[in-house]
Amino acid sequence: MSHVAVEVRDALKVYQSPGGGTVTAVDHVSLAIADGEFFALLGPSGCGKSTLLRMLAGFERPTAGEILIHGRVMGATPPYQRPVNMVFQSYALFPHLTVRQNVAFGLEMARRPAAEIRARVDEALAMVRLPDVADRKPGQLSGGQQQRVALARALVNRPEVLLLDEPLGALDLKLRKEMQLELKALQKQVGITFVYVTHDQEEALSMSDRIAVMDRGRLLQVDAPAVVYERPTCRFVADFIGEANFLEGTVTALGADFGTVAVDGADLALAGLPQGGLTVGQRVTYSVRPEKILARTAPPAPAPAVNCVPAEVEDVAYIGSDTRIVVRVGPRLALSVWEQNDLSTLDPDAYFSRGERVWLTWRAANALLLGA
Amino acid sequence: MTDARHAPGRGLRLYALLAYAYLYGPIAILVVYSFNQSKFGVAWTGFTLEWYAALWDDRFVREAARNTLIVAAASTALSTVIGTAAAVGLQRYRFPARRLTEASLYVPVVIPEVVMGIAMLAFFAQAFAWLNDALGFGWRLGLATITIAHVAFSVPFVTLTVRARLAGFDRRLEEAAMDLGADEWRTFTRVTLPLILPGVVAGALLAFTLSLDDYIITLFTAGPGSTTLPLRVYAMLRQAVTPKVNALSTLWVAVVFAALLLAQWVGRPPRAVAA
Repeated sequence: MSHVAVEVRDALKVYQSPGGGTVTAVDHVSLAIADGEFFALLGPSGCGKSTLLRMLAGFERPTAGEILIHGRVMGATPPYQRPVNMVFQSYALFPHLTVRQNVAFGLEMARRPAAEIRARVDEALAMVRLPDVADRKPGQLSGGQQQRVALARALVNRPEVLLLDEPLGALDLKLRKEMQLELKALQKQVGITFVYVTHDQEEALSMSDRIAVMDRGRLLQVDAPAVVYERPTCRFVADFIGEANFLEGTVTALGADFGTVAVDGADLALAGLPQGGLTVGQRVTYSVRPEKILARTAPPAPAPAVNCVPAEVEDVAYIGSDTRIVVRVGPRLALSVWEQNDLSTLDPDAYFSRGERVWLTWRAANALLLGA
Repeated sequence: MTDARHAPGRGLRLYALLAYAYLYGPIAILVVYSFNQSKFGVAWTGFTLEWYAALWDDRFVREAARNTLIVAAASTALSTVIGTAAAVGLQRYRFPARRLTEASLYVPVVIPEVVMGIAMLAFFAQAFAWLNDALGFGWRLGLATITIAHVAFSVPFVTLTVRARLAGFDRRLEEAAMDLGADEWRTFTRVTLPLILPGVVAGALLAFTLSLDDYIITLFTAGPGSTTLPLRVYAMLRQAVTPKVNALSTLWVAVVFAALLLAQWVGRPPRAVAA
C-alpha cells in the first residue's frame, strides 16, 4: 500500500479561450495516490477534475508540471502506451463491435495470443456478471449492462491504474447505488488503483479511501471521507460536502476557551474556537453542521454560558428519518437544523411549529473555524 | 406496421404520378425503343435484342466503355481517399483559414463545367509545356488527364457525404481506442473507418456515377485514343439517332441507377436498435 501509483507534480493546464483570453483548468495541483487506493476526485462541474483525469490518461498534456505512474515520468507518452485504462462517462463502447470484440480490443492491440484473449475476455465478463451477452452489440444492452461492459473492457487489460470518469452518472438512482457497492467490491477484489471522478459527494464519501476536493482548478483538500466531512479545511469544502451553517462575524472578546463573536448584530458566545491565533476585531467564519445542532422548545437549565443561541422556528419539514427546521437567529442569519425523529414526533406539543421559540445548543468539538 | 401518418389523398397521388411521369417518361420511352425492331421512326414493329448485339460488335463502343470504366474506377478510388481524408481533417482540426479551405473545396460543385474544363485544359497545356520541355517527357492529354480532372470535381462530393456521416461521430470512441492501446493508424482503421464507412461508400458511388457520365470536362481533357462513352455517344448522335444509342443509353441508365440505389441503401441512417 505504501507504494505510490500516481504522482502529480505541480500540474498546470491552461487553455486558450475562443475570446483570446486564457482559462486555467488545473491550477498547480500536486498529489500522490497510493497503490491499491480508491481515490476520488470530487468537485462541481468545471472544477478541473475531468481535465486532471484526462491528463493521467494522456488525452491532455499538462501546460507545466509532471505526471508519474509508478515512478515513470509520463511526459509526452501517448494514451496507447500508458499503463492505464479509462472507463468513460458515456461508456464509449464501439457500436460496430460485439460485446466480446469490445472487451477483446485492448488485448488484440497488445497482440496477445487468441486463446489467451478468449479466456481473459470470458473471465472479465464473468467478473462483471455479464457472461451471456458476449455476442450482442452494445446497442442491444441496457445502460447498466453497457456500464459493466465498459468496466470489463478496461479491467481485462489489467491496467496499473483504472481511471473512471463519472462512470455511474448515466444510471438511475437505484442502479447507481447497486453499482457503487459492486464497484467498491470489485476494486478490493482486483486490487487495482482506482482514480474516480465524480461530482456526487455521497458517491465519493461511500466508496473512496481518500477524496480530493477540487474547485476552479485548485486542489482544496485531500483526506479520508470522514475527515473531509468532519474537518473541512475551508468554507468551500464544508459547503460542497454535506450541508453546513456559516456564522460570519467579528471577534469582540476572547475568554479562556471561548470567544464572543458579533454575528448579524448579536454577540454570540461561541466555544470551539482555536486556542491562540485569534485577536479581537478579527473577521471569522464559524461553522456547524445542521445535524449537530440540538433544538429544544424550552430553555436548557441550567443555561450554558456558551453555544446556546435562542432562535425562532421559521419552517418545518418532516422527511421521515428526521425533521428539517429553518430557524431565524437574526435579521440576516437563518440556520438549518436537523433533528432526528422518534415517537415524540407524534406529540403535537413536543413537535416544532412555525413561530415557536427554540434554544439551539451544540458541542464545542462539533464546531469549526474556517478560513474564507 | 401501423403508422399514424395519413395515406396521401387522391389529388396528391395524381400529382406525384405526373411528377414521376415527367421525370422518368423520357427514359422509359428510350428503354422501350431500344428493344424496337424498326431502325427509323417511332413505330413499334416488334421486339428485338439486335441493337444490343450490334453494340457489342462495335469496336469503338467497346473501347469507349473500357476507357470509361478505367477512368471511373481510378478517379473513384483517388477521390474517395482524398475526399475522406479532407472530411476527417476538416471535422477534427481547427486551423487558420479552415473556413476558407472548406469553402474553396466546394468551388468545383458550383463552378460552371465549361469553365472548369477550360481551366483544366489550360492547366495541363501549361504544365506539359514546362515539364516536357524541362525533363524531356512526352506527356499529353489522355486517360490520366481525364482521371485527374474527374478526381478534381469528385472530391467535394465525397467530402460532403463523409462529413454528413462524421457530424454525429463521438470522438470519445477514438479516445477509447487509443486508451486501449491502438495507435493513430489502428484507431482509424479499426474504429473510425468502420463507423463512417457507409458515408465513404456512398461518396465513392456518387463519384463513380459522376465520372461515368461526365461529358463537358472530359471533352476538354481527353486526347486521341481516350474517348469515353459520353464522347462516343455524342459522336454517334451526330450521325443519326439509332436504336443502338438507345440500347447503350439503357444499359448506362441501369448502371447509374443501380449505383445510386446502392449509395442510398448504404448511406441510410443506422437502424434504431431496441434497448
